[in-house]
Amino acid sequence: MPAMTQLDLIRNFSIVAHIDHGKSTLADRLIQLTGTVAARDMKAQLLDSMDIERERGITIKANTVRIEYPARDGKTYILNLIDTPGHVDFAYEVSRSMRAVEGSLLVVDASQGVEAQTLANVYQAIDAGHEIVPVLNKIDLPAAEPDRVKEQIEDVIGIDASQAIPISAKSGLGIPDVLEAIVTRLPAPTGTRDAPLKAMLVDSWYDSYLGVVVMIRVMDGVIRKGDRIKMMQTGAVYGIDKLAVLKPQMVDIPELGPGEIGVFTASIKQVRDTRVGDTITHEKKGCAEALPGFKPAQPVVFCGLFPVDANDFENLRDAIEKLALNDASFSSEMETSAALGFGFRCGFLGLLHLEVIRDRLEREYDLDLITTAPSVVFKLHMRDGEVRDLHNPADMPDLTYVDHIEEPRIKATIMVPDEYLGDVLKLCQDRRGIQMDLTYAGSRAMVVYDLPLAEVVFDFYDRLKSVTKGYASFDYQMMGYREDFLVKMSILVNDEPVDALSTMVHRDRAEARGRAMVEKLKELIPRHMFKIPIQAAIGARVIARETLSAMRKDVTAKCYGGDVTRKKKLLEKQKAGKKKMRQFGKVEIPQQAFISALKMDE
Amino acid sequence: MDDWRNGGFGLYLHWPFCASKCPYCDFNSHVAASIDQRRWQAAYLAEIARVGALTKGRVLSTVFFGGGTPSLMEPDLVAAILDAVRRTWRIANDLEVTLEANPGSVEAGRFRGYAEAGVNRLSMGVQALNDADLARLGRRHTAAEARAAFDIARAQFDRVSFDLIYARQDQTPAAWAAELRAALAMTVDHFSLYQLTVEDGTAFAARAAAGGLRGLPEDDTAADMYLMTQDICGEAGLPAYEVSNHARPGAESRHNLIYWRYGDYAGIGPGAHGRLTLPEGRFAIETPKAPGDWLTRVEGEGTGESARAALTCADQAAEYLMMGLRLAEGIDTARHEALAGRALPRQAVQQLQDLGMIEAKADRLHATSAGRAVLNAVIRELLP
Ligand SMILES: Nc1nc2c(ncn2[C@@H]2O[C@H](COP(=O)(O)OP(=O)(O)O)[C@@H](O)[C@H]2O)c(=O)[nH]1
Ligand SMILES: C[S@@+](CC[C@H](N)C(=O)[O-])C[C@H]1O[C@@H](n2cnc3c(N)ncnc32)[C@H](O)[C@@H]1O
Ligand code: SF4
Ligand SMILES: [Mg+2]
Repeated sequence: MPAMTQLDLIRNFSIVAHIDHGKSTLADRLIQLTGTVAARDMKAQLLDSMDIERERGITIKANTVRIEYPARDGKTYILNLIDTPGHVDFAYEVSRSMRAVEGSLLVVDASQGVEAQTLANVYQAIDAGHEIVPVLNKIDLPAAEPDRVKEQIEDVIGIDASQAIPISAKSGLGIPDVLEAIVTRLPAPTGTRDAPLKAMLVDSWYDSYLGVVVMIRVMDGVIRKGDRIKMMQTGAVYGIDKLAVLKPQMVDIPELGPGEIGVFTASIKQVRDTRVGDTITHEKKGCAEALPGFKPAQPVVFCGLFPVDANDFENLRDAIEKLALNDASFSSEMETSAALGFGFRCGFLGLLHLEVIRDRLEREYDLDLITTAPSVVFKLHMRDGEVRDLHNPADMPDLTYVDHIEEPRIKATIMVPDEYLGDVLKLCQDRRGIQMDLTYAGSRAMVVYDLPLAEVVFDFYDRLKSVTKGYASFDYQMMGYREDFLVKMSILVNDEPVDALSTMVHRDRAEARGRAMVEKLKELIPRHMFKIPIQAAIGARVIARETLSAMRKDVTAKCYGGDVTRKKKLLEKQKAGKKKMRQFGKVEIPQQAFISALKMDE
Repeated sequence: MDDWRNGGFGLYLHWPFCASKCPYCDFNSHVAASIDQRRWQAAYLAEIARVGALTKGRVLSTVFFGGGTPSLMEPDLVAAILDAVRRTWRIANDLEVTLEANPGSVEAGRFRGYAEAGVNRLSMGVQALNDADLARLGRRHTAAEARAAFDIARAQFDRVSFDLIYARQDQTPAAWAAELRAALAMTVDHFSLYQLTVEDGTAFAARAAAGGLRGLPEDDTAADMYLMTQDICGEAGLPAYEVSNHARPGAESRHNLIYWRYGDYAGIGPGAHGRLTLPEGRFAIETPKAPGDWLTRVEGEGTGESARAALTCADQAAEYLMMGLRLAEGIDTARHEALAGRALPRQAVQQLQDLGMIEAKADRLHATSAGRAVLNAVIRELLP
């Protein structure tokens, strides 16, 4: 491999698409056609390496791969592809990886057309100054309408789609045209080889063999193995132990010059010691000015994670620390709950992020966890003028000290076929939304709503999918805080308050919410040998009440000599299931109740 | 051997064939075109010899022919087996020999032969006392045939018990009460009264899954029917001595008491289980379920045993708790504690007592009538 690469033989790009429009499949084809990965190592969705990513078919962390492509002009180009996540929770990761490349392939499913995440992601690419090459995927499908979708791209996004490339990422049709377009239509990076080193820290992660791995994009200058480098924001200095490119497995390289993307290791202890967006330069003869940094992702959803078995607390602590090493956007702080004992209050970018982390804790570290009701961060304006962040409804101070409460709002963009518009408007209205815009692109409506984040984090996306049979798409941006009439609603089970079920609700919705929650809990809590009152209350005032009647029959009618072994196994299994529940006073509440109770079926 | 402490030592013999398969039944029962009863006889006798050697010197107190439909066995076969049993073990003076019988007219014709072979207790699967319900349960006999068979049985055997299944489709509590009183009028001294259970893998389960099998009572109604059954039988002088079994005092099934008192029993035949105390400890013993597998194993390898698992003390404590609390007499707390290595969880015991689910008296602990209705939940609280 030549030690240095001419700038005009490099192309850096990302692929933006709505989820399931075929981004990962296209990436696979590009990798395959250029022989980057030997055929025998090829498995579907090569870049989605985490188990959960493969299982759920989503890309969570951005991934990258370096491809060598012999173009039709006879020259071999280096193509660096950064695969970005599609889900709203990870919008921040999309935005930062965009800054490392010059162009984007905009993949649109030709049978579906433009969706909410198409819009959100392509606008980020446009903001980052990208050249955009539209690609119409899935033209093998009978339902594909490439011409209509081209028009839609022009109408809705406002970019020229006359040169859009029709492809089938599945069959491989049109992939050579995509490779050629990357070379001819996307700009080469710029930069000066002789200038002092200036590289952008694009991402970092923890690898169990190598420790912290840092991904960079070199702007100016050259970085070599053995160099002493400095992180400009943190001031930390390290020596480069290993320099490599990802193909997608690591291949060592002696140096990286302007326009190149690669990774290094430098005996960095934890991912937290690296700041995404930081500028990396040489310790001596550094560059004068840093790149404009990124503002770090703020967690917007918080919940408590407690071990089902209190003895697992230390294991949970270890597991959370290890995961945090690999995910700087996940925050945690120790918490104690009257009912649940010791655990952690954790912050996430969104509900999917929460579920992914919880899944990984349970799966990779073999823990059983109780997740308390997720909450957003409310701002408490105290009478003495202080402004406090409330991460946990259980911490709500006495109202006499509070002047007013603000909650975060979002701007939600929803695209939906005409026939479901009514249901979507109703859903948004029910969630205290304020309509901001309603336009049409063909038979699809695009509605923009101002909504309280608290009403969305929970099950809004599930509800949206179900009322529109999966035809709607959704994206959102944070919009800041606004005052509203919010109160803390507590839940009492068998007359004991369960702090993990406390929520902040709008006063006008409290009765309806409370009723829905107690009804839900009545279904979620198994019958006990005694009857159990379940109540929702604001302060001392009960606003909803249900009674779970006592279990009256649970016995095996026939049990003789041959049944002993089977019956014992069954009872022991039930006993193990019981141990997965948490005891509140005399009542056992199953783990999943804490989240399910908040999901509104409406 | 301390068998007397736990109700004695029993022998269970499994006959795996039936004339047809009932849609609710998940017993190890099969319909066969032809059965070579001589070949089966040889296998049973071989097993009796093998198990006899294993349990040498013990006093046998009960024998139980279960099924399947043991009343399809030829009386000669039953006689040959019982002869071998008497030659093999020392026999208690009051040996109880029970045979399960279906109350069809053909079976009734063999009752006398069974009595002559040494059977002294008959357990009849009457199931219902009206033809419509018998048909829905897929039974081959009518109510009149069952009553006739019952009369024949009464003439032949000192002790006759019969089984009824209740909480059937569309059965109201009032209808069940009337049927139960009619059954009590038939001067029996032992009843097994089972609530209909939709068992996995049965035709009923498939029907229920497909949305059929409507009209089964709701849980609360079923609970009412259960408690009502306790009351009616209690008043008639046949209180429950076990969850589903009622008897006049002294007329309990001694064989089944061995299971619930967690005594020792040997199992012979396809899918028969045993619990045996051997010099090395206590074991759970199994045989192959499929009739053909069992037969070829006995013939080919000289043993019907397919699994022998050692029971730890903790296993035994759990099994004793689970079986013993089915009985009105409950468990001996000292025996349980010795096996478990510790007392029952005090807080759980206290709570269950406060709720009226259990009672602890002197050295015993038992479930109340209400507690027996939710016995699985009670046991879950008490298991470690
Ligand atoms: N028929 C057809 N299916 C495709 C094509 N490209 C991708 N898919 C399928 O669409 C689904 C989503 O693809 P994926 O690459 O995971 O989408 P991503 O979410 O954008 O990464 C998968 O089931 C793919 O097999 C295509 O060209 N034709
Ligand atoms: C081994 S079985 C059957 C004996 C004999 N073959 C007969 O059917 O009469 C013993 C008893 O269990 C009861 N039984 C079987 N399956 C049942 C079910 N699914 N629910 C309730 N009782 C059941 C019946 O009362 C049956 O008589
Ligand atoms: S209920 Fe009795 S007769 Fe019917 S299949 Fe089962 S064992 Fe055979
Ligand atoms: Mg993907």
